Formats: sequence, structure tokens, C-alpha cells
Amino acid sequence: MADGLDVQLRETAPIPLELELSCAPGELLGVVGPSGAGKTTLLRAIAGLHPLGAGHVRCGDSTWFDKASGVNLAPHRRRVGLVFQEHALFPHLTALQNVALAMGHHPKAERAARAAELLTRVHLQGLEGRKPSALSGGQRQRVAIARALAREPQVLLLDEPFSAVDRRTRASLQAQIAELHQGLAIPMLLVTHDVEEVERLADSIALLDNGVVRLAGAPSQVLRDPLAQRLVFGEG
Amino acid sequence: MDWDAFAVSLKLAAWTAAVLLPAGLLLARTLAFRRVPARGLVEALVAAPLVLPPTVLGFYLLTLMGGASPLGAVWTRLFGHPLAFSFEGLLAASVIFNLPFAVQPMQRAFEALPTDVRPAAWVSGLSPWRTFWAVELPLAWPGVLSAFALTFAHTMGEFGVVLMVGGSIPGETRTLALSVYDRTQAFDTQAAGVMSAVLLGVSVVAIAAAYGATGRVGRRHG
Repeated sequence: MADGLDVQLRETAPIPLELELSCAPGELLGVVGPSGAGKTTLLRAIAGLHPLGAGHVRCGDSTWFDKASGVNLAPHRRRVGLVFQEHALFPHLTALQNVALAMGHHPKAERAARAAELLTRVHLQGLEGRKPSALSGGQRQRVAIARALAREPQVLLLDEPFSAVDRRTRASLQAQIAELHQGLAIPMLLVTHDVEEVERLADSIALLDNGVVRLAGAPSQVLRDPLAQRLVFGEG
Repeated sequence: MDWDAFAVSLKLAAWTAAVLLPAGLLLARTLAFRRVPARGLVEALVAAPLVLPPTVLGFYLLTLMGGASPLGAVWTRLFGHPLAFSFEGLLAASVIFNLPFAVQPMQRAFEALPTDVRPAAWVSGLSPWRTFWAVELPLAWPGVLSAFALTFAHTMGEFGVVLMVGGSIPGETRTLALSVYDRTQAFDTQAAGVMSAVLLGVSVVAIAAAYGATGRVGRRHG
């Protein structure tokens, strides 16, 4: 695969993984499955935060991990944007500084203006000087999204970014992701437990169970499958 | 007031803190973040000076540094004087004796970093070295400050190990705490009282400074 994300992982312990998946530029791939299926581990493995036994992780022309050729780039050398479940913002820095810190690839003088632009893009203008402790859950997650974009990533990984916010905030964050999806020409992976959410946002779905992709395809097709009904909805 | 002893105490406290801060920081960070073989044993060794009688530790260090030991013999050949009963020997003993006071607050501070901030820094493009300076150290700063204050104040007041390894040589290894003991033995209660008050003041000021700074940093990040 020349463009997009191409992942093949094999791992026996501590979490068994045996999966292959790909995500084209501009595609939003929803990753669903029961707890412990390996969804978060998959994202962490792509970002280089989880050591892998075998397989490869490639994005566009870059190879980030390839067991066969001994390539294994450190996380800071992979151009990955990762939004963590609990935002993981730097508590001692303001929203602007959080975003600017991820702009090491730009000259220092330009970082603040670029960070402010990104915060405007996620509708946080006026809150640049606030620290995470002075922001709401939804605002923190927006800063986390802006920080992930600040890296100018080749792939955007979202690890249940709406799980720690209330229903109203969740709806507005979903709208934010949909808006980003329209404007970003990179592969995006969204891990979620929320079936409605993935149906609304994703172009395609991978259903994970026990570290294996059981089903993959269009949301309407995958979610109607009896296996998905059983694994995701707990029916049958 | 024994000003020579005061100067030795200050010099010893400053040097101990200067050696232990970087060394302790490295050890604390390793214990907090890395897989360490025989971790329990390493942590027990670091904490041992907290419960070990100072005379016992002093005895072992004296044995290790004495002229008859390989280390003592090499030192004497290199520098022309024995390691035991010298300022350098006293400093080595002080560094070992203060290990838990430096390592433990910093280790706890690193362990208390919010979940995922380090991975978040890495995926934001920060190298481990940049992550240390831009994220870990600013967040673990109260622990580093506590470590400095505790090490400094504890060295100023240490008695047993200093007596065993240093031998109370005026101007070289006699610290203020030893001088208080000497003056008390000589029934010079006035001098002993003044020096005790100085040690009390230094201890209280050092601890208060650490607590104050820790509180400020905590509020700033809260």
C-alpha cells in the first residue's frame, strides 16, 4: 500500500494480537469491540508506545516498524497524532503552550501564532492562556485534538476521546471530529464503544475481538452482522 | 560559636546536595519509570540508612575506606592521604547516608506524574531528553526541592556517621553537630546552646522553604 496506513501486528503476550488493517488517506476507520479486545493496544502499537513482537506499521512512504528489516522508530520519530482517552494534557502549561510544545518542527517564533490558529480551529479562541485545570472536560479534549494536529501527523489516532465527557459535550465533540474529517487528508482511526457514534462518523469499521479483526467493511454492513450484534451489543 | 565547624557543615551540606541531586535524580527516575532487576533489594538498600544505626553504617564505611582496604590503599596512593578522616571520605559517607532523603521524594514525585503525560510528550515529537526537561522536571519539581532541602538539613545535623568516618578534626571534618557534642562534654553550655540554635534555625528554614515552594508549585499546577 503506497498511501495511507498499513498495519500488520502479531503478538502473543501480554495482550494477544493478530491483525491486519489498512486505512486510506481521508478515511475514518472506526475500531469497535468488547473491552479487552486490543483496541487501545492497537493504537499504542501504531504510535510506538507498545512494543511489538512481529509485523509492520507503515504510513505512506514511511516505515515506522518492520520486524523483518529491524526498523522500529521511537514514538517521537513517528508523525502520529494521538488523542488519549483522558486527554493527557501537560498540566503545568497553558492551552497554547500545550499545542505549541508539539510544534518542534517549526521555528520557535512561529509556534505561538500557529498554536493559536489550531485552537481557533477547535473553537477555543479566547481560552489560549488557560491551564487544563481551568478548562471543562470537553475543552480539554479539544486542546488534546489541537495538540495532536500540531504535530502535522501522517495519521490521527483517537482513543475513545468522548468517553470522559457528558452527553451534550460528546455531541459537540463528535461534530468537531466530523468537521476535521472533512478537512483532513490523512488516515484517522477512532476507537469507541459507542455504536451510534461510529455509525455516524466512520467511513468503515473494524470489529476487534481477542486481538483479531473479526469483521471489516462499511458500518451498515458490519454492524448488522450477527457477530457484531453479539460482540458489540451483547445480544444473541 | 565554632565558625570553622559551621563552615565545614555548610560545605559538607552543599557538596552532598550537589552530588546527590543529579545522582539521586537519575536513580529516582530509573526506579520510577524503568524495569529494575531486584527492585525490592535496590529500594531496600536505598532506604537502609533510614533505619540503620549511624554508628553501624559509619563502621562499614570506615572499614571500606580505611588504609587497610583496597579502596583506601588506592586512594592513599593517588592522593597521598587516607580517605577515612578526610573531607572527601566524609562527603562519600554523607552521600550514602543521605541517599533515601534525596531519592525517595524525587521517586514519589516522578511516580505521581499524571498518567500518559510522558507518552503524550513523545507522540508530540519530544525526545526523551526534551520530555525530561519540558514535562517531567517541571511537574516533579516539588519532589526535587524537597529532596534538596531534606538532604541539606539532614547533612547539617548528622552526627553518628560524621563522627565515625570523619573523626572530628577541626577545620577538616568537625561539623557543627560534633562541636555541640564537644562543647557539651566540656560544660560550655553557652557555646553549645548558640550552635544548637543555629542548627535548629537552619533545619526549620530549609524545611519551611521546601514546604512553601512545594505548596506554591502545587497551587500553580492545580
